[in-house]
Amino acid sequence: MNTDATEAQKQKMESSAARTHAINIGDLSRADTRKEQGEVETTFNVSNLDLYYGEKQALKKVNMAIPRNRVTAFIGPSGCGKSTLLRCFNRMNDLVDNVRIEGMITLDGEDIHSKQLNVAELRRRVGMVFQKPNPFPKTIYENVAYGLRILGVKEKRRIDETVERALRGAALWDEVKDRLQDNALGLSGGQQQRLVIARAIAVEPEVLLLDEPASALDPISTLKIEELIYELKNEYTIVIVTHNMQQAARVSDYTAFMYMGELVEHADTNTLFTNPSQKQTEDYITGRYG
Amino acid sequence: MDNIKLGQHISQQFDEELEDIRNRVMAMGGLVEQQLSDAVRALSDIDAELAEVVITNDYKINAMEVAIDEECVQILARRQPAAGDLRLVIAVIKTITDLERIGDEAERVGRMALHFAETGGESKMLVGMSHLGEHVRNMLHDALDAFARMDTDAAVAVAKQDAKADREYESILRELMTYMMEDSRAIPNVVDVMWSARALERIGDRSKNICEYVIYLVQGRDVRHVSLDQVEAHARNKKSD
Repeated sequence: MNTDATEAQKQKMESSAARTHAINIGDLSRADTRKEQGEVETTFNVSNLDLYYGEKQALKKVNMAIPRNRVTAFIGPSGCGKSTLLRCFNRMNDLVDNVRIEGMITLDGEDIHSKQLNVAELRRRVGMVFQKPNPFPKTIYENVAYGLRILGVKEKRRIDETVERALRGAALWDEVKDRLQDNALGLSGGQQQRLVIARAIAVEPEVLLLDEPASALDPISTLKIEELIYELKNEYTIVIVTHNMQQAARVSDYTAFMYMGELVEHADTNTLFTNPSQKQTEDYITGRYG
Repeated sequence: MDNIKLGQHISQQFDEELEDIRNRVMAMGGLVEQQLSDAVRALSDIDAELAEVVITNDYKINAMEVAIDEECVQILARRQPAAGDLRLVIAVIKTITDLERIGDEAERVGRMALHFAETGGESKMLVGMSHLGEHVRNMLHDALDAFARMDTDAAVAVAKQDAKADREYESILRELMTYMMEDSRAIPNVVDVMWSARALERIGDRSKNICEYVIYLVQGRDVRHVSLDQVEAHARNKKSD
């Protein structure tokens, strides 16, 4: 029984490694994901990051490492820079006018602002999910297949497999398997959000950036998303921005507290929520005036 | 976080709830202290009447424990406290458990005192008892004081007093054994005193526990099963931070 389970797990891991290899296209090669047990590797490394919107400085000398296959949550009051920082990881801020970035962010050791880097490929490797579910006005199937089609995959069987795997990965398969050709906009908010996550993981990213993924959802859908995050961290590095501190406490392994553009404290979630080292953190998480 | 503060939540209601459980712990502590001091006096003065009072009053402490526990559960469920607030609620839950047990020990001493009085025990057997009683009563008082002021230095100082209570307990035991050897008819009374001494010694241990919760509350560090020297060194380091 036990051996069977281990064997099945091993096979699963092998097939996942094979898939990783199969879809390994683009400018950036994946870092070696082998690791010693218990040792935490870093995915992103942020050093001395300053970000300005015009004259206004939104991020001030941020230094942090995002551990691989872990969930890192960013918390802090509105306007503290947590979403801005999240958007730096896949260069979404490039789309905003008047943004100036200083300092460095590396993904698996490579500078994400380097001229050689293909931004579209970066965004494939670093998927993003927003507060409001934003499925395309297409069928459920086409929503998930979209990324593969962009990447030029034509083989029907491979697309079918990927759609199923991504929907299963996003814990949505059982709910939609009989209506894959229905319009995605007919799904509930919680289902749409999981569909968007399925779309993001269909292209096999390394990292998922979640910007308040559950704040527009009802409590049960929220719990489903949280459960999903817990499942997904086995295969992906997850960075989540949330206004809901209890959510950060529930889902994350590491929590970063930001305030006025500065990273005040970044620690493992247990420590941060029971015994934070900074007074500002304590005041924020206990609901006091700053 | 060395300067724990209770107030200043955006929710004033929450401030009041935390302040309320803390005040109720202090009230419970005051009652337990009173029970302990009455029990020790009932024994050393061989006062059956006072012993009866101690025995009947124990239910008040039990009721307070239940009520405070319930309020803590409600705060956990409704407020989901974090950091210092969470540690306060946890420290309160643990502290009242020890206070209730101290109350039980006081009641036990009361029962022994009553039995001792009824069976005509001799006061010479009680020589060390009032001293030990006074010592653990001071420990309890100072532990509650450290809790009220969230003072880790005071907590460490009280915890250190426990070793002395243990030594006094041992010397009382040795003395009581000589009475038993001298006159076997005295054994029933000696056993009463022995159980009482044991109860008092346990009160010292429990007061020390309360001090450990104070350190947990203030510093976020669990110092149970850690040597006192380490605890003290840590408290000192925290200060110089």
